[in-house]
Amino acid sequence: MCAKWYHSGVRNSACVPRAAAVVPTATVPTTTVPLRHSVFVRVTHWITTFCFLALLVSGAEIVISHPRFYWGETGNDLTPTLFKLPIPASRNFVPSGYGYVLPDQNGWSRYLHFQSAWVVVFTGLLYVVVGLVNGHLRKNLFPRGAGLSWRALSTSIAGHLRFERPSEAEAWSYNVLQRLSYLFVIFVLFPFVIWTGLAMSPAFVSAFPATVNALGGQQSARTLHFFVSLSLVLFLLVHVVMVWLAGFRNRMRAIITGRIAKPVERT
Amino acid sequence: MSELSPRKFSRRKLITTGIAAATGVGSLGVAARLAQKYGLIPPDHGGIYGLGETLTYASQRLLTRHSLAREFSRSQISKPPFPNEIPPLNDAFKNLQAGGFADWRLTVNGMVAKPASFSLAHLKSYPSQRQITMVQCEEGWSYIAEWIGLPLSQILQAVEVHPQARYVVYFSIDPDWWESVDMADALHPQTFLTYGMNGDELPVRNGGPLRLRVSRQLGYKSVKYITHLTVTDDLKHFGKGLGSAAPEGGYAWYAGI
Repeated sequence: MCAKWYHSGVRNSACVPRAAAVVPTATVPTTTVPLRHSVFVRVTHWITTFCFLALLVSGAEIVISHPRFYWGETGNDLTPTLFKLPIPASRNFVPSGYGYVLPDQNGWSRYLHFQSAWVVVFTGLLYVVVGLVNGHLRKNLFPRGAGLSWRALSTSIAGHLRFERPSEAEAWSYNVLQRLSYLFVIFVLFPFVIWTGLAMSPAFVSAFPATVNALGGQQSARTLHFFVSLSLVLFLLVHVVMVWLAGFRNRMRAIITGRIAKPVERT
Repeated sequence: MSELSPRKFSRRKLITTGIAAATGVGSLGVAARLAQKYGLIPPDHGGIYGLGETLTYASQRLLTRHSLAREFSRSQISKPPFPNEIPPLNDAFKNLQAGGFADWRLTVNGMVAKPASFSLAHLKSYPSQRQITMVQCEEGWSYIAEWIGLPLSQILQAVEVHPQARYVVYFSIDPDWWESVDMADALHPQTFLTYGMNGDELPVRNGGPLRLRVSRQLGYKSVKYITHLTVTDDLKHFGKGLGSAAPEGGYAWYAGI
């Protein structure tokens, strides 16, 4: 009955937001408003956010010590590049085309990068395991059958392209594009960024050589790691813009406190 | 849906949370004890990045104790060989270089039964071994070369290392450059005292006449111009006690990443 839960149809329909729908109304005191995001989702969200920002800053610092990219097993100042970033480097000997070097911050950047990676990997594993067990992934992220139809998808895409303001009900549930992109980040980009990262570790690949051989070599792994990271940055930017368009204060309140300012009227 | 429960803090919940927390803290303590016992704590475990370093070192020690670094085919050797930046060489080095390194010595002491001093000729009298492996720099570049030398384990065997030894500390002729590895890496078959490269003498720019090759770690662990090794069970007495020059300069002691 909630086939067109994403767009305009939902605004006038009697479609009850899912978070509200699962609560047996009889047992809930009338004053209680269900939480938009559970404590578990909010805590893992913010740990992931801080880790990702730390990984991004430290990763950028590491890259500027050698802003050249290669394909295959090896690459250095004497070999041709796949591409170069048009930025100065933080090390003397890199032929960056600039007459100066940037401050070298590799030491703490590497410590911070790997520590944040550990924390975000544990957080991600916990999120997926708990999310599978308590039904968060199934209820909130896996698209429901009808949501995946061409019609629903194209309506959703068209709505996004027109920059339509999201409906009130959407504050209570993710739309189909949102679900698909979150799933893509959780189950494709994150595993791939971890894999390409590990494939650069000389000790790790000594035990699991297939992890780097499958990627075409250690420098290929580095280049892929860079592009997957860029994809994650792109996701972050779109995510923040969407939050902004959907109502920054309300969405931020939801992901921090779990509550939304104006709950939908429940019938 | 526990958030919806009118009685948020039931007694049962408090008790189970308490038990869970106590178990968590307790098992952390036990884990720390076990990690210490099995040598899973790196010397630079203090400070705000200690957690990440310890997790990396411990997990890799458990997963990669005996694994071999990838070896490559002769056709994959980087041409031309890549010489990276080297520090200015001091007078001690230049004097030995003027004499064709005939007087170069490698002294070995510490927790060994027979402290010894080896000339290059003596080291070369051991059957030589070769490996074609990759050098990876923390900066991001890499190259593949053939390394010729002898496994460090042969020298450690010759000097009869005490069973309680835990680390080998190695020193360059450059006094600012020293590193250490645990026994898993020191005895590893690909940890070489290297005196040759790509079928020739090891060039000075690549660490000649003697470089310790630690093939499963980043390039900075493969210290150039080695003159001294010491075997120990405790790194606290070396430098600032962080294990090697790398952590003193802000870099991780364990560079297997």
